[in-house]
Amino acid sequence: MKLSTTILAAAALAAGPALAGEVAPADLKFDEYGSVSESLTGVPGDPENGANVLKNKSIGNCIACHQVTALNDAPFHGEIGPSLDGVGDRWGEAELRGLLTNAKMTFPGTIMPAYYKVEGFVRPGNAYTGKAPDGPLTPLLTAQQIEDVVAFLLTQKEE
Amino acid sequence: MKFKALTAIAALIVAPGLAMADPDDDTMIINGEVEMITKTAVPEHMSDTAVSELMSGWHFRSDETQALQMDDFDNPGMIFVDEGMAQWETVEGTEGNSCASCHEDPSSMKGVRAVYPKWNEDAGEVRTLAMQINACRTENMGAEPYKYTGGEMANMEALIALQSRGMPINVAIDGPVADVWEQGKELYYTRTGQLELSCANCHEDNYGNMIRADHLSQGQINGFPTYRLKNAKLNTVHARFKGCVRDTRAETFKPGGPEFTALELYVASRGNGLSVEGPSVRN
Ligand code: HEC
Ligand code: HEC
Repeated sequence: MKLSTTILAAAALAAGPALAGEVAPADLKFDEYGSVSESLTGVPGDPENGANVLKNKSIGNCIACHQVTALNDAPFHGEIGPSLDGVGDRWGEAELRGLLTNAKMTFPGTIMPAYYKVEGFVRPGNAYTGKAPDGPLTPLLTAQQIEDVVAFLLTQKEE
Repeated sequence: MKFKALTAIAALIVAPGLAMADPDDDTMIINGEVEMITKTAVPEHMSDTAVSELMSGWHFRSDETQALQMDDFDNPGMIFVDEGMAQWETVEGTEGNSCASCHEDPSSMKGVRAVYPKWNEDAGEVRTLAMQINACRTENMGAEPYKYTGGEMANMEALIALQSRGMPINVAIDGPVADVWEQGKELYYTRTGQLELSCANCHEDNYGNMIRADHLSQGQINGFPTYRLKNAKLNTVHARFKGCVRDTRAETFKPGGPEFTALELYVASRGNGLSVEGPSVRN
């Protein structure tokens, strides 16, 4: 089995160039703490689809690194990042959107990949082929998938 | 170095009580005889890293996988040693030589695996073991080089590694290799690809942690070539490097090229003191 199928997102399926009315990766506005307050699509996120993005190996595959009790129906949760249980108590919508689009704006140097970023990489490849890209990169998640994940994370409350 | 500070932050945030899949404390004794060094002190050059003890990748595998490596009858890699032995004795190329013509018995290779990659004075370059094998084939045998990460190369490496079984890795990092070693170190800490991950992100900052279903080791190469249950064959060092770099969604480097040669020297030196294990068994 290839690592690529077990580790991180292969968003290629879904991600495309930003659609009309969507905020493009280059136009994201981060505040000084790394939050992004404006919705990327204007369409409310769907938490159920967000849960799928977190679980699915070929989409977000967030559980490669994070444990999430609510997603225990999907096997193998990693322990690289903090548990996301109760994450909706710790962070608000804008902060979560910032963490998803580019976590390095909140936690400088974090291992967590930036899910809505297309430039500034060292030797970027064509998805998991190991080859050079054959055109501009697409972000790891689409604008709407980001909104869906934010919506899911906001449902994660313990209090 | 930046990494330490980040690890510290991550450590604070990780909730206490998370089940940690620590490496185990088992002892590797092969065939009930040869006791291997699978944990040892960190070499001097790693004193500023987050690694407190060197550990073979063997400690991060299941008891079943570990057991396969402890008995040569169970170790699927040993079949390839036999194939390597046949290659050793086969005359190939324009000069009418086999390996045995110059080196007699493979036991003459004792100690070799432990010190590669190393400086070759005549060629004026750092040579990996694979490069040296191919230099012998082209220069001394007049034969075609093996494919760098191919099966014949892996077989020959397995045969040669076995002669040093148990000996501590001891690659030189100073003198004429110093620049190449620095270049390898630079590569080890460079975050590549769209996922922006370096070797260190996974194998220094997170060894012992699970990444989805994989238990992250220190990414040591003392066990190469490695028989992997996943692909049921012997795997070479540069093939493994290629897979790990590809998984950062990066454009990989060429096996046998200068970048992976430098990286191999550096990664080998991060295992200085661990036993030569090849052919090892991993999943
Ligand atoms: C390669 C590992 C990795 C992947 C993949 C990953 N994360 Fe993270 N994440 C981390 C780490 C590590 C942190 C903690 C920040 C730090 O200290 O670096 C973090 C922090 C977070 C936080 C803040 C948590 C808190 O309680 O403070 C959220 C929310 C989050 N991640 C969500 C996600 C989501 C959603 C995905 C997938 C779309 C994802 N992460 C993918 C490693 C990862
Ligand atoms: C996204 C995480 C990740 C990154 C980045 C990564 N690796 Fe790995 N690597 C793995 C996983 C998972 C395995 C299989 C489990 C293990 O042995 O750690 C592995 C295995 C290895 C092994 C085999 C260890 C053994 O005992 O057989 C070596 C060697 C290795 N990696 C070297 C590297 C090098 C060198 C780099 C950088 C060029 C690198 N890795 C980058 C995840 C990663």
